[in-house]
Amino acid sequence: MSASSVVGTRAESLHRVLGLTDEELEAIRDRLDRLPNDLELAMFSVMWSEHCSYKSSRLLLATLPTMGKDVVAGPGENAGVVRIGDGLAVAFKLESHNHPSAVEPVQGAATGVGGILRDIFTMGARPVAILDALKFGDPMLPRTRHLVRGVVRGISSYGNCVGVPTVGGELVFHPSYTGNPLVNVMAVGLLEERHLTRAAAPGPGNLAVLFGSSTGRDGIGGASVLASATFGDGPSAGGAAAKRPSVQVGDPFAEKLLIEASLELIERGLVEGLQDLGAAGITCAVSETADRGGTGITVDLDAIPRRVSDLEPFEVMISESQERMLAIVTEARLPAVREVCARWDLPSAVIGRVTDDGLITIVTGGLAADGMPAPGARVLARIPAAALTSDAIVYHRTAAAPTRRRPGPVPGVSAAIADGPPPGSPPGSPPGLPERGMDPGAVLRALLGHPDLCSRAWVTLQYDATVGADTVAGNEHGAAVIRVRGTRKALVMATDAAERVGVVDPWRGAALAVAEATLNVAVTGAVALGVTNCLNHGSPERPESFWQLSESVRGLGDACRALGIPITGGNVSLYNESAATGAIAPTCQVGVVGLLEDVAHLVGPVPGGPGDTVALLGATTSGLAGSIYVEIAGPGPDDRPPELDLAAHGDLLRFLADAARAGLLRSAQDVSGGGLAVAIAETCLWSGVGADLILPVDADPVPELFGEGPSRVLVTVAPDAVGALVALAGEHGVPVRTLGSTGGDQLRIRLVGQGSPGSAEDRGGGIADDLDEPLGVLRDAWEHGLPRAMGDDDWPPAPDSSAG
Amino acid sequence: MRVGVVVFPGSNCDRDALHAARLAGAESFPVWHESTDLRGADLVVLPGGFAYGDYLRAGALARLSPVMGAVREHAARRGLLLGICNGFQVLAEAGLVPGVLLRNASMRFEHRWVRLSVERHDTPFTRGIPPGMTLRMPVAHGEGNYFLPDADLHALEERRGVVFRYAPPEGNPNGSVRAIAGVVDARGTTCGLMPHPERAAERLLGSDDGMLLFRSVVEGVAAASLPPSVEVGM
Repeated sequence: MSASSVVGTRAESLHRVLGLTDEELEAIRDRLDRLPNDLELAMFSVMWSEHCSYKSSRLLLATLPTMGKDVVAGPGENAGVVRIGDGLAVAFKLESHNHPSAVEPVQGAATGVGGILRDIFTMGARPVAILDALKFGDPMLPRTRHLVRGVVRGISSYGNCVGVPTVGGELVFHPSYTGNPLVNVMAVGLLEERHLTRAAAPGPGNLAVLFGSSTGRDGIGGASVLASATFGDGPSAGGAAAKRPSVQVGDPFAEKLLIEASLELIERGLVEGLQDLGAAGITCAVSETADRGGTGITVDLDAIPRRVSDLEPFEVMISESQERMLAIVTEARLPAVREVCARWDLPSAVIGRVTDDGLITIVTGGLAADGMPAPGARVLARIPAAALTSDAIVYHRTAAAPTRRRPGPVPGVSAAIADGPPPGSPPGSPPGLPERGMDPGAVLRALLGHPDLCSRAWVTLQYDATVGADTVAGNEHGAAVIRVRGTRKALVMATDAAERVGVVDPWRGAALAVAEATLNVAVTGAVALGVTNCLNHGSPERPESFWQLSESVRGLGDACRALGIPITGGNVSLYNESAATGAIAPTCQVGVVGLLEDVAHLVGPVPGGPGDTVALLGATTSGLAGSIYVEIAGPGPDDRPPELDLAAHGDLLRFLADAARAGLLRSAQDVSGGGLAVAIAETCLWSGVGADLILPVDADPVPELFGEGPSRVLVTVAPDAVGALVALAGEHGVPVRTLGSTGGDQLRIRLVGQGSPGSAEDRGGGIADDLDEPLGVLRDAWEHGLPRAMGDDDWPPAPDSSAG
Repeated sequence: MRVGVVVFPGSNCDRDALHAARLAGAESFPVWHESTDLRGADLVVLPGGFAYGDYLRAGALARLSPVMGAVREHAARRGLLLGICNGFQVLAEAGLVPGVLLRNASMRFEHRWVRLSVERHDTPFTRGIPPGMTLRMPVAHGEGNYFLPDADLHALEERRGVVFRYAPPEGNPNGSVRAIAGVVDARGTTCGLMPHPERAAERLLGSDDGMLLFRSVVEGVAAASLPPSVEVGM
């Protein structure tokens, strides 16, 4: 069989069929000093896909701050790794699986979990937590409901079986994701620093051992086709149905075996390097490990175990069959490695040898002892490892800010930034809606029942959050907390984005995501160790979309530099567009892992009993654009996105760590979606205890009550600790206001004018009344919001209705 | 007191059970599923997880594994045997406790904190639990809906085979008949339950009620004049 039998297309147009441009073919010719054969072309096509090469984003990502004194592995490795003391380190990364999940939600999400877990244990870390950021379109659409159910089932079936707790994340509904949902998965693992393992292939003469599942036809072209093409919604060739065969299938049981075998191999020092197989399969694994090791690898194609017998060489080389690992092993340790694999029922095979020539060579007919092709063997492909990876093509894309800001998909947000009603609005649409004046209790009930703000239990009860017996807090509220067994430490983690603001201002969206995720972690008393991220954007080939990407990267970098937190890894997902809804809202998903030195100092989000003082830390900034309030109540002509003062934010983070250590706080909850009123209502619902508060407001109380300005924390404090809290806040320059106290079974917020009391009407505010709602009414809105939005009105089943 | 925790390749609560037994004062060690040597365990635990992936039916393959022969003999000698979650499913598949575990009534995986009433205080697993106390611990399963035909159910209740029931306020998470969460065999020495006592072993993690179960066993064995097994393994 010759290498030119890749597919039945004519050779001259093959590169285009595989998704490579004419320019890219030229660049390949430059690197090889000849034209590639068909097998080589297939290997380039997957490695030079956006997903594997970062060809459009690489120059931007180089601007990000990645240094930190405790960072032991940063971007470029499978996951970032940061030291936490006691010889331990934490590995974490956020990664997307958007396009596969759009095609086949169950398997797309499941293999997304599997892929990010492999990134973690490949470093030598045992995975201890999974968080998911999920973004979908309008929940009223049957297609959205199908996707939500499928993605949640995929995550739950995979994570639960593999035995890693799913402890947090986000669920967001926004019309821009209707044709292109986002599935971003974050995994966190723990390792002894001495077991840190690199995904490199050092030592010419060493063996390349493939273990785990056999290789089949699944996921062929996934990297190039699924990650690079824009989705059509119609039944044409570009539609979802035509791409279904490319999706990989997950096997969590095999993954569990891979975890145990890989960690045993690492702990016993049996491997020189370890790499998981994900996008672009064996091609990616051998070229990346060789390039990192400064070596080459010769692959004996015939030695690769296969699930089906009639695979073409290109299919073997780019298959994305799941649950496979590549180990670099010395000859002397091979028997021990094979014994470990056999004990875990994992097939293993020597598929090649490390060489010193820097080349990836694919051979049929066997290898000689020196790793060179055996006599009579044929070379099917020979490519410099660097040409496939570090020396892949890089694009200097054109960025252009939109000259006239196009309306985003949300009528509310778009109207706030456009000069008039958005195009396509019914004739005579006003820039603002009359509902803005409605009573605050009704607004609060609507916000608590909003699909983005209501209880996540409908989803999270399907996730095993306590497997592993290390979960201190997971899923129910706030950040996830995982204790580090054998120490007093705990890891605190959260993932956030500000996509609605990103539509208006992508720089601010990214910076606010960093602010929110760091604050989520800091309210527990933890100190952030590092940031991981996933940049989800549209096509980089459109200047406006590339501008959004570059602004997101700038916001991410600016915020992390200002806060002094290193970015240890991340992932870029481009071409998130669909014919029906265009490009998605620019979504810079941020994951933060923090360290709590002593878990005894953990501050939870749930207030204790009645009689505690409620206080608000941080200053309220105006700015309603991008808030859920605007989505519900409609935009106003002057809405702007909230201001962010990164210096003040840093002060607040430091204050929270000190206040936790001093034991001053009974509870702390950051103010985010839905604003202060929702934050207060949530804490009341969690504790079952109401609150009676007085909120000084300006002429317009809406920003105070429902604005989503950053850098604010709602705390409860024992009355006799208020003085100490105010004093400590003063030292840190953090504004603090006491609002009232906890108690009763009502949430009551009296609005008083700044300086002088008086009725709201007299002050000209849009809100006429105080807010005074029974907790039972708020609970009904909050608990049933998501099942109602998903058309699952019977949930929860009757026996559980008395819960809480 | 020696606790052997069987490790199937897809067990994922094995380390948690080993940890909880250690906290209760026992010496705990893993027993590989291909082994037939229980190494003198006084208590054998079949832990939670997905023994062999459970793609067929939870526990259906695990009951055929090499270790299960030794486990049956251990149970027949009135050795203590505890199946948690997937371990309960294996016990039921193996016929070591009555009943079957169907898909949850919700047809979804359910992870929840539940409360258990303790129906018997005279078993080796419950004798240290204060009367009247309900236990708080998590459930995490897709197939925990306990079922028996009426006649068998009547027989089970007659011989007081029900040890744990789901209790208010959270109630029955999976549709189990008569809210049954855990049962013992006729000898009273083999116990299966769906909730996870090993995940409720420390207050930091939300509850230490599960320790009452492990401590009951440890203290019961220690109180016996001689441990059932005195041979020493490594």
